[in-house]
Amino acid sequence: MALLNIQDLSVSIGDKPILRGVSLALEAGQVLGVVGESGSGKSMTALSILGLLPAGGHASGAITFEGQDLTALSEAQLCRVRGARIGMVFQEPMTALNPVMTIGDQVAEVVRLHQGGSRQQALASARRALDRVGLPAERFPLTRYPHELSGGQRQRVAIAIAIVLSPRLIIADEPTTALDVTTQAQILDLLRQLVREDGAALILVSHDLAVVAEIADRVAVMKDGQIVEQNDTVALFANLAHPYTRALAADAARVPVRRSSPDLSAPPVLEAKGVVRDYPGPRRLLRKGPAFRAVSEVSLAIRPGEIVGLVGESGCGKSTLLRTLLALEAPQGGQVELAGQPFSPAAPRALRRHVQVVFQDPHGSFDPRWTVERLVAEPLHLLDAKPTPAERRAKVEKALAQVGLPAEAADRYPHQFSGGQRQRIAIARALIVEPSVIALDEAVSALDVTVRAEVLDLLARLSDELGLAYLFVSHDMGVVRGLTDRVLVMQAGKIVEEGPTAEVFANPKHPYTAQLIAATPDLERALAARA
Amino acid sequence: MSRRPFSLVVGATIATLFVVAALGSLAWTPYDVAAFDIPHRLNGPSAAHWLGTDHFGRDTLSMILAGARNALAVSLVAVLLGAGVGVPLGLLAAARRGWIDELVMRANDVVFAFPSLILAILLTAVLGPGAINAVIAIGVFNIPVFARLTRGAALSLWTHDYVLAARTAGKGRARISWEHILPGLLSILIVQATLQFSLGIIAEAGLSYIGLGAQPPAASWGRMLADAQTLISLAPLQAIFPGLAIVVTVLGLNLLGDGLRDRLDPRLDGER
Repeated sequence: MALLNIQDLSVSIGDKPILRGVSLALEAGQVLGVVGESGSGKSMTALSILGLLPAGGHASGAITFEGQDLTALSEAQLCRVRGARIGMVFQEPMTALNPVMTIGDQVAEVVRLHQGGSRQQALASARRALDRVGLPAERFPLTRYPHELSGGQRQRVAIAIAIVLSPRLIIADEPTTALDVTTQAQILDLLRQLVREDGAALILVSHDLAVVAEIADRVAVMKDGQIVEQNDTVALFANLAHPYTRALAADAARVPVRRSSPDLSAPPVLEAKGVVRDYPGPRRLLRKGPAFRAVSEVSLAIRPGEIVGLVGESGCGKSTLLRTLLALEAPQGGQVELAGQPFSPAAPRALRRHVQVVFQDPHGSFDPRWTVERLVAEPLHLLDAKPTPAERRAKVEKALAQVGLPAEAADRYPHQFSGGQRQRIAIARALIVEPSVIALDEAVSALDVTVRAEVLDLLARLSDELGLAYLFVSHDMGVVRGLTDRVLVMQAGKIVEEGPTAEVFANPKHPYTAQLIAATPDLERALAARA
Repeated sequence: MSRRPFSLVVGATIATLFVVAALGSLAWTPYDVAAFDIPHRLNGPSAAHWLGTDHFGRDTLSMILAGARNALAVSLVAVLLGAGVGVPLGLLAAARRGWIDELVMRANDVVFAFPSLILAILLTAVLGPGAINAVIAIGVFNIPVFARLTRGAALSLWTHDYVLAARTAGKGRARISWEHILPGLLSILIVQATLQFSLGIIAEAGLSYIGLGAQPPAASWGRMLADAQTLISLAPLQAIFPGLAIVVTVLGLNLLGDGLRDRLDPRLDGER
């Protein structure tokens, strides 16, 4: 008999249907991957199992777990299931832990809640769980607080909380999405190992086909609240029976087409020469502690029409470097040159128009109270001759047309657009002053694969048509590989490797580059390893 | 699911009545608040005097209406003074950081360190009693409240990507503060202004109770309470009516502030 059996589960919030007729079965010891784009209902499926629907939610259908119908249980009975027999790991390790409780107490809390017993016994269980997730006692005593740990370490604590009572089922909702690639690989290995040791089942919810292909025995593909296809992992990816699955796989692997190639003999349009950035050290009683060097003697050059990738994990200094290249902050050493002129925070406004920026978060990069026209027109402030309202409108409409949005979009507000459309608006805002370089700071990282592929195509086309150069900052090696001409790998404030993209990926010289490439989930490699 | 905005409806109703009474008293009150009528002093409620008369025979209803005008004027100007100075200081501190921030916030700490009502008493004692000096004394203590609130909320807005985008568009800090930061703060400032307004009414009543607020013949709720206190065994109702006026108005404004906060404050998103 199956460990978990979901029969015809439908969920609606208010009048809005969220899930329609979802059926899933899962055996003990099995790993089920649930993939889909945002809004496809994959997280809602996971939450329904635990009876954690949002306010106003209503579920119908049956969820049988170890022979017991979970939908028939009262809230008090469900509380005895959650955490004890079903463990849950969430996406965001920064907010999943209580900042004012030690990690030992947080793991022990679950033990005492379900089993009672003394604090000592519970802490002993917590210790064993933390040891199992790779947080050994000598480096991670129970008295540590979450803020003393890195994101990956916090996610390990969250996993310890989920496994401390040896649940039969673990549900992990995008457990590695907020983590760097090398950390992601470690956390996936850990989850796989824990499930195998305990003989438990795992439901892994993810938007990333490659992650799922690496770890799951079975895969369910969701779209619009329905499961469109489910099968054994190898069979599913071998057949790609459903058109939607096929489209997802194709979009994930799609490489944007570029027709032009940059002129490498031209003088660089944006250049950094030995840039150094220090952050002041922590305040001590009488004097400041030693300064922290975030960027160390970085030199780079971007030529007209060239797409340069800058990859590295969080904390490597790439954001600090980017802010310096944009002359938002001054370097402590070295110099930035834009179009052959020194570029610093004191540079004249007119020079700034040559470089614009697109940020990662399609929600946070617009003032929610401004119309799209006003938002897109904001960089026109850089022009010495201010356009008249009619000229301004014409420029906004032209920029919107360049990114494939209708002129009417100008009169609407950012919240009326989807994530992909907002990223187009952000690109339009960058284009309006006709820059030579656009810095793209994780500009496609928050997008679903299909939308991401479209935005990457758009970026490639704009570069071809307008001779635009990009500095493409990303942690996603797959995207960098597809789009860029040249790549720079950054680690601990230094550029450790640079070269033509194809060459670096085929033959990485620095061990860190090789490690990054190996840790990046790759659909083909994952499937080859399983076959 | 939206909760019925009970506090918003009740609060807004009371606040509207208060403002109507205050403005209405400019044009008309049942009796002249400065007119003595000694034969009819300390009367109970009657058809001629709905709320009775005080020890000089003045009509209590008229005095409460005129007192509302005094309370409104003093608290409103005090809030405007506090916000008018405090908000720009908070914006400046958040935009410039560094020593300007230190200076503004430490000056705030100094003002916060004194019990505000006691210092207001000192200020009016030095400047002399009167409605205008009461306004200054109350308003000064509104400044750090607004400055601190503005700075804190502005600091979090400054971390948004759209502010970074505005900076790459070459906009200066002052312009960004005006175009992006201040509009984002309006809702929490409105809520705070409502709450400071009700605190101002209590402070004004306190000052005029000890004779440092509006001077006779101008009517004020605090002075009415003080006058009635000495005669409380003879005419207890004379103390109850101004007391009720203060309690109901302050309660109404607090309810309005809470209701507005539920409706407007973005930090409560997701808790509704």
